[in-house]
Amino acid sequence: MKHIISVLVENKFGVLSRVSGLFSGRGFNIETISIGPTLDPSVSQMTIVTTGDERILEQIVKQLNKLIDVIKVTDFADKEFVEREMCLIKVNAPQEHRSEALRTADIFRARVVDSTQKSYTFQVTGDEKKIDAFIELLKPMGIKEIVRTGKVAITRD
Amino acid sequence: MSSKQLMSGAEIFIESLKKEKVDTIFAYPGGVVLNIFDFLYKQKDIRYILPRHEQGAIHAADGYARSTGRVGVALVTSGPGATNTVTGIATAYMDSIPLVIFTGQVPTALIGNDAFQEADIVGITRPCTKYNYLVKDVNDLAQTIKEAFYIASTGRPGPVLIDLPRDVVTSRAEFHYPDKVKIRSYNPTVEGNKRQIKQAADAIAAAKKPVCYIGGGVILANAADQIREFAEITKIPVTHTLMGIGGFPGTHPLSLGMLGMHGTYYANLSIHNSDLIIAIGARFDDRVTGKVEGFAPGAKIIHIDVDPTSIRKNVRVDIPVVGDVKHVMTELNKELRASKEPWDAIRKSWLRQIDAWREERPLSYEQDDEVIKPQFVIEKLYEVTGGDAIIVTDVGQHQMWAAQYYKFDNPRMWCTSGGLGTMGYGFPAAMGAKVAHPDKHVFSISGDGSIQMNIQELATTIENNIPVKVVILNNRFLGMVRQWQELFYQERYSSVDLGSVPDFVKVAEAYSAVGLRATKPEEVVPVLKEAMKIKRTVFMDFVVARYEKVFPMVPAGASIHEMIFGEEKKMEEKKLKAVK
Ligand SMILES: Cc1ncc(C[n+]2csc(CCOP(=O)(O)OP(=O)(O)O)c2C)c(N)n1
Ligand SMILES: [Mg+2]
Repeated sequence: MKHIISVLVENKFGVLSRVSGLFSGRGFNIETISIGPTLDPSVSQMTIVTTGDERILEQIVKQLNKLIDVIKVTDFADKEFVEREMCLIKVNAPQEHRSEALRTADIFRARVVDSTQKSYTFQVTGDEKKIDAFIELLKPMGIKEIVRTGKVAITRD
Repeated sequence: MSSKQLMSGAEIFIESLKKEKVDTIFAYPGGVVLNIFDFLYKQKDIRYILPRHEQGAIHAADGYARSTGRVGVALVTSGPGATNTVTGIATAYMDSIPLVIFTGQVPTALIGNDAFQEADIVGITRPCTKYNYLVKDVNDLAQTIKEAFYIASTGRPGPVLIDLPRDVVTSRAEFHYPDKVKIRSYNPTVEGNKRQIKQAADAIAAAKKPVCYIGGGVILANAADQIREFAEITKIPVTHTLMGIGGFPGTHPLSLGMLGMHGTYYANLSIHNSDLIIAIGARFDDRVTGKVEGFAPGAKIIHIDVDPTSIRKNVRVDIPVVGDVKHVMTELNKELRASKEPWDAIRKSWLRQIDAWREERPLSYEQDDEVIKPQFVIEKLYEVTGGDAIIVTDVGQHQMWAAQYYKFDNPRMWCTSGGLGTMGYGFPAAMGAKVAHPDKHVFSISGDGSIQMNIQELATTIENNIPVKVVILNNRFLGMVRQWQELFYQERYSSVDLGSVPDFVKVAEAYSAVGLRATKPEEVVPVLKEAMKIKRTVFMDFVVARYEKVFPMVPAGASIHEMIFGEEKKMEEKKLKAVK
């Protein structure tokens, strides 16, 4: 089972390695992890996507809470939330495929952020499914490079 | 700036330790901590003891901490000094022992440059400390030390490391030692949830065959009195882990002794057949549960622990209570006393069953007239000391025999490396315990293998007048490993014969300590008695039966009621011989 966990941490030297060390040391999975500042400059926000059964998830949440620098852990399992991820995709786009690439991008509301004679770079945002689908459609053209941010998520009120 | 005088980091270090009422530290010098040693030299309030190895410093601080309940403190230099502490820190971490370890570091400007004697000790110890710090500004030093002592000693205790770059030690700042700390992200739970405590009380009242299982958390929380009260109210028998020794009187009629891999027959059977387990300050380690799927199949489990991660980590738990064991037990006892159940009557048949198991297979070994049996040495040590000595052990068979045959009626009289199982722990830890308890007899029970892992501390005990009495159960084997090879590897004794062990009597003498030896059973008591009288460190070389094994034993992968015993093995041998 995939889970999204949001972790508020002290914005301190070494915190990321404490969190990632916890996952590696205890054999928990990290699928994606993203970190950024919050309104309070002393606090950072991590979004971690992990897999595991209920028992493992319980341990992950408890172990995260036990880390001295962790202020708050939210498991999104039983919450309503919105998740987004951004992805930059560089695809081959020779003359004969350019318009098709643009049409596909349009359907997914992807934007062209860079363009050369032979390639396009798209920026696409959305949930995981949407991004995966977009990538699938571009594959036949030949994807040169993909960079994904990992998920961020926020609860609905 | 106020008119307050500025202090160097080294002075702030010392003043902060004084504020924490630290009376002793174990400290090994080197380049980047020279300034601190210079200020230690100029003061009189803190005793600083030079061990002969940094690992010894940490184990000594650990023995000090376990035997007193206070925070143990050590100071070492950067690089190799720091890396030498890692085993000691991991040992303390696994057993939740409060320590504050100061390591020197290269100057901040050089960090990351592979400077001389640089090691990323904060990175190295991240997974084996409760928390660690790199102090980058002398203005943060006092606050950091205050936090370190607070974190080390509260909640589930543990070692905290503070890395001190050389320039932080030499630069100057105003000294303000905070009275209080508040760390927004660290708030250990103290009080247990009232509803869950009530649920626990109800389950206890309803149980027919309950067993109380206590671990090191009872010692750490200073809750031995509450456990005793609990057992005496409810007439529930109590078994302890290796770490829980002393949490309930070993001579109490309700004591079942130790459970688990080398637990007593009756403790393991009681657990296996119970309908309710009350686990207190314990964490269901694999050495305790045996095969988890087969653990206490008919039992409900109440689990009381300060650390929520311990709960449901290894076994299912029906009623969890997170909180300080002492607080929770005080509340629980109140509930139980008020419930006025006819405890004696309820418990009668269960206790009778347990007594039958006790009689069926008590702890036992076969005495010998010619050769010293190691268990015999421990029994005699118990008699000679009247149970009133602090016993520290190394790791191996001798450790298990000490746990089985010495009876502890009080907490903090027993120090052993349970979680990490560190050979070499015993002697330096005993030294630390003796420093804290100059008026108590302190014995280290060691094996001939383990003692050689920190034997250099002989010099420390002589130099600083810290008389530790070392019982060496000398089987010229890495006995515990040999036992496994005998039982599970068809006696292929690979790298366990210590053949030419040194002459421990001469080794002791070479360090100006005293060496004694016993080779026959009748010499055991005289040697122990003589050692008690000597006011110096003594090595007692007990030449014991080489092939003795620790029983009962739950083989790896078996359930805890599937124990093997000495006699069976012998019977098999007899049968084999008859066939041949
Ligand atoms: C530092 C370390 N290395 C290896 C081990 C594995 N080990 C566990 S018990 C043991 C044998 C200990 O021998 P000894 O101290 O003579 O004790 P005995 O079992 O003979 O009583 C060994 C090697 C360990 N626990 N610690
Ligand atoms: Mg041995």
